[in-house]
Amino acid sequence: MTQPLLEVQNLRVAYPNREGGATEVVRGVSFTLGRERLGIVGESGSGKSQTGRAILGLTAPGGQVTADRLNFDGIDLLTCPPAQRRSLRGGRIAMILQDPKYALDPVMRIGAQIAETLQSHAPLARREAQVRVHEALAAVGIEDPQRVATLYPHEVSGGMGQRAMIAMMLIAGPELLIADEPTSALDVTVQLQVLGILDKLVADRGMGLIFVSHDLRLVSSFCDRVLVMYAGRVVEEIAARDLQNARHPYTRGLLNCLPQLGNTQHPLPTLDRQPEWLQA
Amino acid sequence: MSARGVHQGGIGLKVDGLRVVFDRFVAVDGVSFDVRPGESFGIVGESGSGKSTVLRAICGLAPKAAGEVALTARADLPAPGSKAYRREVQMVFQDPYGSLHPRQTVDRILAEPLAIHGVADAEARIERALEEVGLGAGFRFRYPHQLSGGQRQRIAIARALILEPQVLLLDEPTSALDASVQAEVLNLLEALRQRRGLTFIMVSHDLAVVTHLCERLMVMRRGQVVEQIASAELAAHRVQADYTRSLMTASQGFRRVPPRAHEAQEL
Repeated sequence: MTQPLLEVQNLRVAYPNREGGATEVVRGVSFTLGRERLGIVGESGSGKSQTGRAILGLTAPGGQVTADRLNFDGIDLLTCPPAQRRSLRGGRIAMILQDPKYALDPVMRIGAQIAETLQSHAPLARREAQVRVHEALAAVGIEDPQRVATLYPHEVSGGMGQRAMIAMMLIAGPELLIADEPTSALDVTVQLQVLGILDKLVADRGMGLIFVSHDLRLVSSFCDRVLVMYAGRVVEEIAARDLQNARHPYTRGLLNCLPQLGNTQHPLPTLDRQPEWLQA
Repeated sequence: MSARGVHQGGIGLKVDGLRVVFDRFVAVDGVSFDVRPGESFGIVGESGSGKSTVLRAICGLAPKAAGEVALTARADLPAPGSKAYRREVQMVFQDPYGSLHPRQTVDRILAEPLAIHGVADAEARIERALEEVGLGAGFRFRYPHQLSGGQRQRIAIARALILEPQVLLLDEPTSALDASVQAEVLNLLEALRQRRGLTFIMVSHDLAVVTHLCERLMVMRRGQVVEQIASAELAAHRVQADYTRSLMTASQGFRRVPPRAHEAQEL
């Protein structure tokens, strides 16, 4: 790959404080992404979701996003006109959110929501759009797409809702997919099915994937490369298969504090947070 | 420390043929198990398997359609539904963001069970309970929104323990928490159990967490028991049921088909 799909250099996101000044929640994150699976791991508050949202332009109102570079396929995301940003969002860049219960519109049928995404990027005749919706639902492993398309989000299970959301995000054929904890709200068995779907899509379509999660083990089993974030910074970047040899004490701490089947320590080691990690 | 609990030895709990029905939906069907005094017993299964409903039926939050729940190990133990039973059997809920009253201070949250049961030395007990879960007296007059998820779950544990029960029901106590905070809460639970000789019944969808904290566990699916197995057996991969095996595979992380052997082994 000559040009990376996404270039992020020194990305910063800050929210103003009531007393003046600002709190930086993302403090100088840099990475490039090709057509690969990149994991971003960290605890709550580490800035991993904020990083994903800043790329898409979904930082909450008031938040200030700055970066030396934030390029998607040659387009400067920070200076491009809002209309161009809008057409990218949901079109060439899509995001899967954590909880289908909140992310789907509760008063709109699933099929209609997916069709809306499609129509806003590629105007089609209604009949044609409907066919595409059914195809998209079938592609994420829903057995009865005709029926599911007519249901409301509260009528389906969490796993089904998450699949519907993935279908919605993929229908416009994005080149970059940001998945923010796409499986945290799901059971382990359903989790693996959803990951299988994502994996297949990355392989078949050559999509770039940013997988944001707090689950280090899951991410390392799924992604090619992992960024570990702590307090708004990337403290370590590591190939997923080398995770066991992670050097940063925070990464090692995160790995060790998980109970393991057949090999657990009592008591579990806990994280001993060092102030110098903030500067790392 | 009062005389209750410590001198009496533990209390066990026996569930026999439990059945819970909501309208026409059978949520739990013919579940039986026996937890020895001082034992830690796990229940695993996917969502909708009825594992939480079993816990709720034990503490009276779900209606029993049939079956028996009884405390065991001594003759004079209270029957389910009585106030004395509720004093011995307390529950910690899954979501510390939802299980604490948002407009009550920690002090009031902890005082309520004491008031209900007419316990006299509330002051001392609240202070001691906070101390025991690793939060100082400084947390006493805070509201839940001023606490982190891990701190909230500690408050929920303190609330459950403040009546000095012998049986603690834990409904996914760490699933809403970060991995590092989960380790802290699991360590706390383990230490409390050792100190007080508590009996645990813990529900979780995470096999690793259950085998870490429990000696024995039960796998549930669609309201029924799939198998009961010792944690050591599970850790050694000696399982009977295919369903348990599939849960185990799932808990080991994602695998591509065909799996890349070297990656799968590391995980």
